Amino acid sequence: MQKNLLYKALANPLAMTGFIIIVIMFLLAMFAPIIAPYDPDAFDVKAILLSPSWEHWMGTDGLGRDVFSRMLYGGRISLLVGIVAVGISTAIGIVLGALAGFYRGWIDTVIMRAVDIMLSIPSFFLILAVIAFLTPSIYNVMIVIGLTSWMGVTRLVRAEFLSLGNREFILASRTLGAKDFRLIFVHLLPNSLTPIIVSAVLGVAGAVLLESGLSFLGLGVQAPQASWGNILTDGKDYIQFAWWLSLYPGMAILLTVLGYNLLGEGLRDALDPRSQSS
Amino acid sequence: MLKYLIKRVLWMIPMLIGISLISFFIMHLAPGDITSTESAFDPKSSEESRQKLRELYNLDKPIIVQYGLWLKRMVQFDFGNSFKSHQKPVFLGYTDEDGNYTKGMIEQALPITLMINVLGLAITLSLAIPLGVIAARKYQKWQDKSITLFNFVGFSIPGFWLALLMMYWLGVANNWLPISGLHSLNYDHLDTWGKIKDSVSHLIMPVVIPSITGLAGITLFVKNGMLDVLHQDYITTARAKGLNEHTVVYTHALRNALLPLITIVGLSIPGLIGGSVISETIFAIDGMGKLFYDAVMSRDFPVVMGILTIGSALTLVGNLVADVAYAWADPRVRRGVARD
Repeated sequence: MQKNLLYKALANPLAMTGFIIIVIMFLLAMFAPIIAPYDPDAFDVKAILLSPSWEHWMGTDGLGRDVFSRMLYGGRISLLVGIVAVGISTAIGIVLGALAGFYRGWIDTVIMRAVDIMLSIPSFFLILAVIAFLTPSIYNVMIVIGLTSWMGVTRLVRAEFLSLGNREFILASRTLGAKDFRLIFVHLLPNSLTPIIVSAVLGVAGAVLLESGLSFLGLGVQAPQASWGNILTDGKDYIQFAWWLSLYPGMAILLTVLGYNLLGEGLRDALDPRSQSS
Repeated sequence: MLKYLIKRVLWMIPMLIGISLISFFIMHLAPGDITSTESAFDPKSSEESRQKLRELYNLDKPIIVQYGLWLKRMVQFDFGNSFKSHQKPVFLGYTDEDGNYTKGMIEQALPITLMINVLGLAITLSLAIPLGVIAARKYQKWQDKSITLFNFVGFSIPGFWLALLMMYWLGVANNWLPISGLHSLNYDHLDTWGKIKDSVSHLIMPVVIPSITGLAGITLFVKNGMLDVLHQDYITTARAKGLNEHTVVYTHALRNALLPLITIVGLSIPGLIGGSVISETIFAIDGMGKLFYDAVMSRDFPVVMGILTIGSALTLVGNLVADVAYAWADPRVRRGVARD
């Protein structure tokens, strides 16, 4: 059945396009050491701010570093941050949502109030403050984005559990004496997986955008380590003389985020029985 | 209705306490004593003066007492004074003995951010609603498909990148629009017309660019709402009565499709306030976003806590207004509420 879902999802042209974009991005990032023509951190005083050419496909930056090589290595960071951050937020969301939706009552009330409170704090402010007060680093960025974006998944899982909780097969296995643990992990969770996957894929898109914004503000990945966001920050300073420093990293972020959004929406279309019938 | 309103307002109190807890304890994430950064730049600061500072901010007391004292002042709208910026008050200003009014930092920054966001929201809505209606009416045709494509790009484009490119193209390369601040340096010497022109040209980029990135979500929302509504029985009835398509779409369907938009606009407030950080730092506008960014970077804790709390309180108020407006606009909810 799982195979069937995957097949259905990839038959959707949106999902397929997104999937291909993401796979290409991952391959480029994974094989960065092989593909990159230069050392991403090597200065070259004779090659400062060169425009794109055969030697430097995406030009060079203010320190003479090859932008294409930096883009490849920067891609590793952006892709990693997106996935780890969403991994954290999805894990938190599943646990809290399952607790709230399964046990209901006061547990549900407490968790949902916490969700409401977190949702009313402008999350970008929160992230900015926490990262700046700790020291900015790639780990802190991943953790903090994860810790501030679990609310959507929590609501989703809770809603799924609430609606599944009254279905016959759950009542049946409860009557047969199934323990809470078994009910949650064998029956409820697998049946709520589709919306969780869709929201996780869309979440990665959001996290990649967030990371690039934070790096752009100087609070994300720190120099000399490259990330698409901090190449763009350099680009801002040189925007009058070196358009390539701003253009390429922005395009890479756009493409990656677009890839995840296409895949997420495509999966939603393909896996949601309602949207198929219409 | 009144009962609902009171209940809704009372709910905000525990929420506000939760928010204040988070805002307060974030400050204590920072390693080391707050006064160490405060006095690091001042060679004359001695251990004695640091001790004075600690007493001034109650840092010598246990953390829970500090929180209590902060909460007590906050209830009176007193968010203390900035560590930096010449001890300016964080939230509201004060009048000194000579009758001169010193504006509070948030008091000064908030209207600017609100103005930019309200203008931006107006632009977003005035574009998103027609686009959403077109996409729903031409569902699966080329109009819908191109709007969908536009939406995907709008969802995915980094706002700050778009801002940079536009800044370069419209500001640096062609010199059509100013690229920073809200006024030109010679603003005070301009006549009224000149002042208006100057303000408008400064506002175009900071207002329009964020509203473009926000457009995608609202367009999609209007489109889905319209698609739902157009399949309802009362629309079929309206058509069967022989009403023309224009009346059916714009008087019967659109009004109902737009109702949930009230909630969405309410929910988008924290995103708008948060998003102002990047656009305000890029365009050098002294609003809440830039104030927050500067405060975070210089570890100006009273300002950080003040903005976090006020920003969240604004969100709560925005959601309250949205809920009440929704209840008022939708007779089904209105009656349901009355019975409650």
